[in-house]
Amino acid sequence: MSELSGFYALWYREVKVFLRERSRIISSLVTPLIWLVAFGGGLGSIVGGGGSQAFYGVSYQAFIFPGVLMLTVLFTSIFFGLYIVWDKKVDFFKEVLVAPLSRLTLFSGKMMGGCTDSLLQAAILLILGVFFGISYTITSLPITIFFVLCMAAGTVSLGLAIGSQMTSFEGFGLVQSFVVLPLYFLSGALFPLTNLPGWLMTVTRLNPLTYIVDGMRGALLGIYQFSPWLDAGIALGFMAVFIAIGTFAFMKMSS
Amino acid sequence: MCNLPIKGVFLLIIKTEGITKKFKDLVAVDHIDLSIDEGEIFGLLGPNGAGKTTLLSMLATLLPLTEGAAQVNGFDVRQKPSSVRKSIGMVFQAPSSDEILTGWENLYLHALMFGVPKDLRRQRIDEVLQLVDLKDRANERVKTYSGGMRRRLELARGLLHKPKILFLDEPTLGLDPQTREHIWEYIERLSKEEKVTILITTHYMEEADSLCDRVAVIDHGKIIALDSPANLKMNLGKSMIKARVENPNLDLIKALPYVNKVESKDGEVTIHLSEAGNHIQEVLCNLGNASYVELREPTLNDVFLQLTGKEIRSASAETIEEQYAKGYNA
Ligand SMILES: Nc1ncnc2c1ncn2[C@@H]1O[C@H](COP(=O)(O)OP(=O)(O)OP(=O)(O)O)[C@@H](O)[C@H]1O
Ligand SMILES: [Mg+2]
Repeated sequence: MSELSGFYALWYREVKVFLRERSRIISSLVTPLIWLVAFGGGLGSIVGGGGSQAFYGVSYQAFIFPGVLMLTVLFTSIFFGLYIVWDKKVDFFKEVLVAPLSRLTLFSGKMMGGCTDSLLQAAILLILGVFFGISYTITSLPITIFFVLCMAAGTVSLGLAIGSQMTSFEGFGLVQSFVVLPLYFLSGALFPLTNLPGWLMTVTRLNPLTYIVDGMRGALLGIYQFSPWLDAGIALGFMAVFIAIGTFAFMKMSS
Repeated sequence: MCNLPIKGVFLLIIKTEGITKKFKDLVAVDHIDLSIDEGEIFGLLGPNGAGKTTLLSMLATLLPLTEGAAQVNGFDVRQKPSSVRKSIGMVFQAPSSDEILTGWENLYLHALMFGVPKDLRRQRIDEVLQLVDLKDRANERVKTYSGGMRRRLELARGLLHKPKILFLDEPTLGLDPQTREHIWEYIERLSKEEKVTILITTHYMEEADSLCDRVAVIDHGKIIALDSPANLKMNLGKSMIKARVENPNLDLIKALPYVNKVESKDGEVTIHLSEAGNHIQEVLCNLGNASYVELREPTLNDVFLQLTGKEIRSASAETIEEQYAKGYNA
């Protein structure tokens, strides 16, 4: 009972903080919009406008929209997780650690809070998608949200796992360079996976986010490069593995 | 003191045996043995870096022990950390409230996390807000609070779930005298009426003196004296004379039967008397020509000075604003 209300408290705190820091919501929407408008619009005008066969008959902007959605969730989630370092610094977390709650509850409260943040962020972007040639159906929306959720739960957990073991912000740049950006650029978020050089082909196929983007793109635009079932399976696996790692990291976290 | 034997058993609510914490080479807490009775207000008095916060953190299961053992409310801190946490409330020395949330929200989260029953939450929050006089600011963000207001909020939070044992790490640091006395009254009431055991750290002498049933003076991680404030002071004598004298006749003074102890430093003589003021005349006559004389009762500060050869930093040396600006030391 107290674990449940503790879980609710942790979730409530994250959502309150998120909704209150409006400038953060807005600034984190600017990045995807720049990607869509500047990169998608600019590069799109060279690599093929609407109807080009290179992008399966959709505009480049529409083609990268699922990728940019993934980017937004990836950034919001990982950095949400890493910010636990800040909680530890300002001692807010001491108050949480001294509460009679299990580490599993701490982890799940934090994790669900982060997922909610990411989901809200994604929802705004999905609404804006209408302006980039995306239309929704009764099935495409729930499927997309399914992938967003798996992605968010997995990457929030990854961020929490890393953040729980860090003691300062110094590692943030490293995580950005060695985790976030490679995961993003080597995922097929920005290009089709056909005709890639061999090494890139291999690397993208090893990246779980490739399948998550593929699942979203399939749902939103009908373009699948893998089977939807494979995409969904890998998304679920990705989520499960990192939730497990994150829970373990919280158990090991020193106060 | 409240050693209340029930069927011959002392109700020890906190017990440590050789509890020790090392940070690499630094021994922050050095083999401390403590026994604290239920309902007692127990003070840890010591200068900066003495190891007070480290000791509390170990008892609150926030830091692993390097050596030794501790039981809190009958539970071993190593084996039953979650049972220990259910028994305690803690007010941290460093700021630990959430700035983006309002005062009320901070309390509400605490009530949820510490399992305050649903139908009592609002009522308890109201009570503690009233106590620390923050009712009218409860719906503003903590960011807009002054250091002292934030302190009061964190204190209110520690009291919210009515724990059996309260750990207060410098709870009144930086509060104005009025609020401080208000808080003392409440702490006393908690201890007398609700039988809450209170372990409080402080370097305010008056706080230790007026509030605590017993005080442990701690320095460099060790307890160097442990007794009631009255007894600690009594050991120094009933009164003391400080005098500035050119060539003090120390041997004569030391021979007087009612003189406990004499010290001389830089032309200033300190004389501890076992009886109250009626021998001053005789002491001064024997001492020599004094240019300055002060007569008073010993304070805990004198006790500390006596034990360690240094003063506990003065109460106002560091304001709470500095503490908050410096932040996050614990
Ligand atoms: N996490 C840590 N790592 C290394 N050293 C530490 C750590 N925490 C405390 N110390 C050291 O342990 C000693 C005791 O610190 P502690 O915070 O317990 O003192 P304190 O009595 O609470 O002092 P204050 O009155 O300033 O709060 C200090 O020398 C401090 O530098
Ligand atoms: Mg301290």
